[in-house]
Amino acid sequence: MKFKSLIITLLASSIFLTIIICIWKILATLQGLSFTNLNFNLNLLLSLGLVITCVSIGKKFNHNLKIFILSLSFTILYTFLNENSPLWFSLGIFFLILFFTNKLKKYDLKYLNQDFISEKIVFEFLSLFAIVFFALVVLFPFYIMFVTSFKTQTALLINPIDLSIDFSKNIFEIFKSYFVIFKTYDFGRYILTSSYVSVGTVLITLLFAIPAAYAVARLNFFGKTFLSTSILIIYMFPAIVLVIPLYTVFSQLGLRNSVEGLLIVYTATTLPVAIYMLQGYFKSIPKEIEEAGLIDGQNWFGIILKIIIPLSLPAIASVSLYVFMIAWNEFLFSLMFLDNPKVFTLSRAINHLTGDAETPRQYLMAGSVIVTLPILLIFIYFEKYLVSGLTAGSVKG
Amino acid sequence: MSSTLSKIEKRTAYTLLLPAVCLVFAIILFPIFANVWISFKEVGLKDIRIPEPRAKKIIKNIQDSNSELKIIYKLRNSSLIQDIREVRFSDKLPKNIEPVNLDKRCEFKSQKVKCFFGNWEAGYRENFEISVKDVNNNAINSKYIKSNKPDLNGKSNNILLTTDFTLKNFKNVFINNNFFELLMTTFYFTFFGTLGAILLGIFAAQLVNQKFNGRTFMRSILLFPYVGPVVALAYTWTLLLDPNSGTINSLLVNYGVIEKPINLLGQKYLIINILGFELKLRLALTTVIFFEIWRYFPLAFLFILARLQAIPKDLYEAADVDGAGPFRKFFYITLPQITAILSILFMIRFIWNFNKFEDIFLLTGGASGTLTLPISVYQQGFAVSNIGMGSAVSIVIVLLLITFMIIYFKLIGKKANEI
Repeated sequence: MKFKSLIITLLASSIFLTIIICIWKILATLQGLSFTNLNFNLNLLLSLGLVITCVSIGKKFNHNLKIFILSLSFTILYTFLNENSPLWFSLGIFFLILFFTNKLKKYDLKYLNQDFISEKIVFEFLSLFAIVFFALVVLFPFYIMFVTSFKTQTALLINPIDLSIDFSKNIFEIFKSYFVIFKTYDFGRYILTSSYVSVGTVLITLLFAIPAAYAVARLNFFGKTFLSTSILIIYMFPAIVLVIPLYTVFSQLGLRNSVEGLLIVYTATTLPVAIYMLQGYFKSIPKEIEEAGLIDGQNWFGIILKIIIPLSLPAIASVSLYVFMIAWNEFLFSLMFLDNPKVFTLSRAINHLTGDAETPRQYLMAGSVIVTLPILLIFIYFEKYLVSGLTAGSVKG
Repeated sequence: MSSTLSKIEKRTAYTLLLPAVCLVFAIILFPIFANVWISFKEVGLKDIRIPEPRAKKIIKNIQDSNSELKIIYKLRNSSLIQDIREVRFSDKLPKNIEPVNLDKRCEFKSQKVKCFFGNWEAGYRENFEISVKDVNNNAINSKYIKSNKPDLNGKSNNILLTTDFTLKNFKNVFINNNFFELLMTTFYFTFFGTLGAILLGIFAAQLVNQKFNGRTFMRSILLFPYVGPVVALAYTWTLLLDPNSGTINSLLVNYGVIEKPINLLGQKYLIINILGFELKLRLALTTVIFFEIWRYFPLAFLFILARLQAIPKDLYEAADVDGAGPFRKFFYITLPQITAILSILFMIRFIWNFNKFEDIFLLTGGASGTLTLPISVYQQGFAVSNIGMGSAVSIVIVLLLITFMIIYFKLIGKKANEI
């Protein structure tokens, strides 16, 4: 039993370390280091040696001293055995090994003697690996988007994997794509249009949805159950089946190429989910509070304005953020309805940039950063509200 | 008393609901029904512009005299394919100015020139002239005359409102356009996209459900792909996967994994040799599915995580006492607890992925074997400019959707409200 867990620990941990080193190496390649070989086998042997030393020393030494000395010596060994690399790369390796040996703290021969320990160990390293994997998979495209926007076309063509930012240039040169995007491609206007459309959609949606949600949640009327089930069903119908009739009608009414047309469509498509989310929250407000309001002589509008809205601010916040996100990210309708650059939204403008094959990719990425950054910042800042909005908006609808 | 109260209540309810219901009806329900109408018609993109009679006004001075002017109206039918019937024209002249030798089709009444031009065929053009003269022989202010815009109107057939129907569109959809392949591609995309997103979501949720440093940070990061705008993300991926100088291909070539760059988004098939068997992999479709999984696994993650956090802790404690490892805990405790949410997620994500347009459109535009039904709507309607065909494909989508929804509500509709 002990022998089996020992082998499994050795394998799992050293494979983990090797993969982490490989990832670090690949990321370093993107910073302009010219590695062409991952040296997987060599590094696996090295890691194996490291783990064996670490586990056999066990708790005989001061832990901090032990991991420091081990990391230092193995970093030196690694640098000696692998190709030449700058100091920052070795420093990265050093910290990786430091982190790794720290994780191995509790692993000594005694610990490995426990029952069922091998499965636990595999699971532990698997989770560590999964954290790195998910973080990498999710963030990598965002990283590429961000870094590419600071490059120049020629640099990208000469060495497409060197994505390092040249800080020796002056600030204007570094941010050149952003200046071009704003000056030549008029992105300032598109930011304004996008904000205007998104905020407008939020306001109009709330204006329509709050009364409707209140009616669905509280009042009795003929066709109530029918209405509340049809809200969900309507929300299931995708934009793509609405596009052709709306396009024809909007062209004939002259609503294409207008912000108003977009506002109408966005509001209508977000209304069902907004009503659904709000009515759920309204139902959770105790009826007694409203009855007190009724006795005070408030009419329905007074109740909504003075009791319901102040009490359901969190729900209204999540609906607003969710609707804002939908409107800001919306692409299909803006593609269909806008072909005049004067009324483009950001998404449509970026799509328009790609229409010209000559547009350098750093401009495209700068535009993408501009459209992505606000929504990500809003998301990070209001995460709690947006997450509850996402939850209600996507499965229920 | 109570009946009047309930009447008031009903009336209030209807007033509160009316605006929202009207808007949703106009923008969502009406188009769905309008699709049915359009799909039975032969309509092209160019037909939907209503033909209009137009006039461009040009003023010409007559030499010798400044109390006389010639007004030329360049008249035309804006449409090259449709007639306009009973075109009427009217233009106002300033005081004391009168037309001379007015055209037979026109009359002059209370300072207005009114004409009846009759029918204009498609692409009709005419230079129509009126000579005017000041009654008192004063000089005419030509700018003032020019500032008056003539008023034209006429009747034309709105091709959308006529009642000639045809089954041609449906015949085209089902017979001529490789409908079976279209359907299969859509199902591949939908099924594997949904399945992959849910599997990845389970892993991610299981991961974040443990305690580790930076767990909340991890949770926010995992939602980034879903929160980011699709346009930006799709183009970033296109650059990443680009065969000429995309990061992924360059890295793979650099490390010697592949010899030549692979056009991940532009190559229909990748032929893999396994044990002498040639396997044809739908390469571009697979790449698009991976993007889809990447973008939508956060949603599955969010739901599964919420469900995981609701599983009672003592179940796991009991398992600990029995000495069960983490894998056994997952298969015997966690999985049975999340099957309900998984089935709901699968159904709903299936419906949503079935309708996904933007992702594929931005990545491949439906080329190299990634044409799905929603992309086909766009292609037929706007690339081929056949609105009727596009509508017919929309109808197919709606019908399939309704089928899915019926299955959904039959299978788990009631359970959905409990969770």
